[in-house]
Amino acid sequence: MSIYLPIAEMSVDVFLILLMGGGVGFLSGLFGVGGGFLMTPLLIFIGISPAVAVATEANQIVAASVSGVLAHTRRRNVDFKMGIVLTIGGFAGSSVGVVIFTFLREIGQVDLLVRLCYVVFLGIVGSLMLFESGRAILRRQTGTATRGKLHQHTWFHGLPFKVRFRRSRLYISALLPLGIGFFVGILAAIMGVGGGFLMVPAMIYLLGMPTSVVVGTSLFQIIFVTANVTFLQAVNNQTVDVVLALLLLTGAVIGAQIGTKASGKLRGEELRGLLALMVLGVCAKIGIELVAKPDDLYSINEIEGFGL
Amino acid sequence: MIAASRTSSWFHIPVVMLALVAMLQIPADAARNDALAIDLSEDLIGISTGFTGASVLLFGATEGEGGVIVLVRSPNSRVVVRRKSRVAGIWVNSDELTFDDAPGFYHAAASAPLEELLPEDLRRTNQIGVDHIGFKPHAFLSADEEKAFRAALVRNKQRSGLYSTQNGRVTFQGSRLFRTRLELPANVPTGKYAVEVFLVNNGQIVDRSTRELSVRKVGLEAKVTEFAFEQAPLYGIIAVLIALIAGWFAGFVFRKV
Repeated sequence: MSIYLPIAEMSVDVFLILLMGGGVGFLSGLFGVGGGFLMTPLLIFIGISPAVAVATEANQIVAASVSGVLAHTRRRNVDFKMGIVLTIGGFAGSSVGVVIFTFLREIGQVDLLVRLCYVVFLGIVGSLMLFESGRAILRRQTGTATRGKLHQHTWFHGLPFKVRFRRSRLYISALLPLGIGFFVGILAAIMGVGGGFLMVPAMIYLLGMPTSVVVGTSLFQIIFVTANVTFLQAVNNQTVDVVLALLLLTGAVIGAQIGTKASGKLRGEELRGLLALMVLGVCAKIGIELVAKPDDLYSINEIEGFGL
Repeated sequence: MIAASRTSSWFHIPVVMLALVAMLQIPADAARNDALAIDLSEDLIGISTGFTGASVLLFGATEGEGGVIVLVRSPNSRVVVRRKSRVAGIWVNSDELTFDDAPGFYHAAASAPLEELLPEDLRRTNQIGVDHIGFKPHAFLSADEEKAFRAALVRNKQRSGLYSTQNGRVTFQGSRLFRTRLELPANVPTGKYAVEVFLVNNGQIVDRSTRELSVRKVGLEAKVTEFAFEQAPLYGIIAVLIALIAGWFAGFVFRKV
């Protein structure tokens, strides 16, 4: 059964989209990432223009994250105070990101930037996570665990505006989560992702949050950042396809619930290891596309004549 | 000209045939240039939820000898053609050329190979065949460069099925009545299309006739698009609300399970 997407202006198979939504939703529930870094490339792969894919995916992540946060809230795994501080930074960052995206779209470099962002950030995050989780798994197996300090003290613990985040058991400067939120917000808007794959490691390794609250808190702030991106993309670029978003989120919300339940069955370091492998896989695929000679060196882009 | 009323479907062909027969009885000297009569099975293509492309029958009659060429063009738009080159190991868009007057959709059909029907110069001036579409470049490049960008524009459009790769066939029933099928893919641009038919003989254009074909979104598709473009902020808010409600609803449902 096929359906015509009004904004993407193409006909797609309903079941394919539902299946994609469900599969990515499952992974997003499992790992606590929005799943955008998988879905946006998938949408582009089936022929949807990058501009529509990025904007519509932000819309879909809103739904997936709400559903995920509800599940995590019931288990008291959300640090709302931390989430709100991250959200404030994320709001500012994603607004800047949409402006950058609109500008690059006009000069024809949006494709390149999106791809480069994917390769660089997925590459860094994936490698770090794989390394860390591999070490954790090895240490557990060999049984030579030496318990270190709760967290390390570095220069950023000297920053002002210290705030106590009770659920995260942290007493740190609010500037730190604000800055992280801002930076991840920019990338979220440009890459059409929620930013969970950046936010989760940043929370663990930079902020030193306990793993149990990281996923729920990350999803909590993703709701607001992607809602902001959706709104700004709709206003600036008219590229949010609600019909496509509805199809994707129907699959995704169901998948996310199943994924959240499944995540309880795996150890934290195993989850991170699997996520790392997936992140690196996407990174490698996009990286190869950047380096390999394209089939056609020329591409076209219509400036006028779309719309009504 | 043909007397047949707008027909909504080509099942009405018998009616049209009668009209054609009537027309053919007009004395030849009255044919100022009425050597060609055409019509379309439909003059409106509505893009609705289930749209997967459309097929329109073009039919007509000629008076006198000759071949027939059919051109279908959607409204023109401005297109940027970009060329990648390798910078520090990765492929980057580096050169570009903008063209005006590029139809979003272009299809040609003929009763014989185009080069047998008309000489090069006439095909060029009438933009007959994908090689002769009158794109207007924005910048002056060397002839070779411009040619490469032009060819790339056509090639990319062909790849997405919007320009014909092979000319369609116009078939004659007898020596006077002809027909051809115009296939529009699911990704056709919207707008008022021009369907132009040429009657050619001995390398000359004897007569030409034009019909308008309207392609537009209807129903839900039209409403969503209109809403997205004309009330963008409200559209954005509603898109977010839908997502919030859907997410909450799914969470609620699964809590019960």
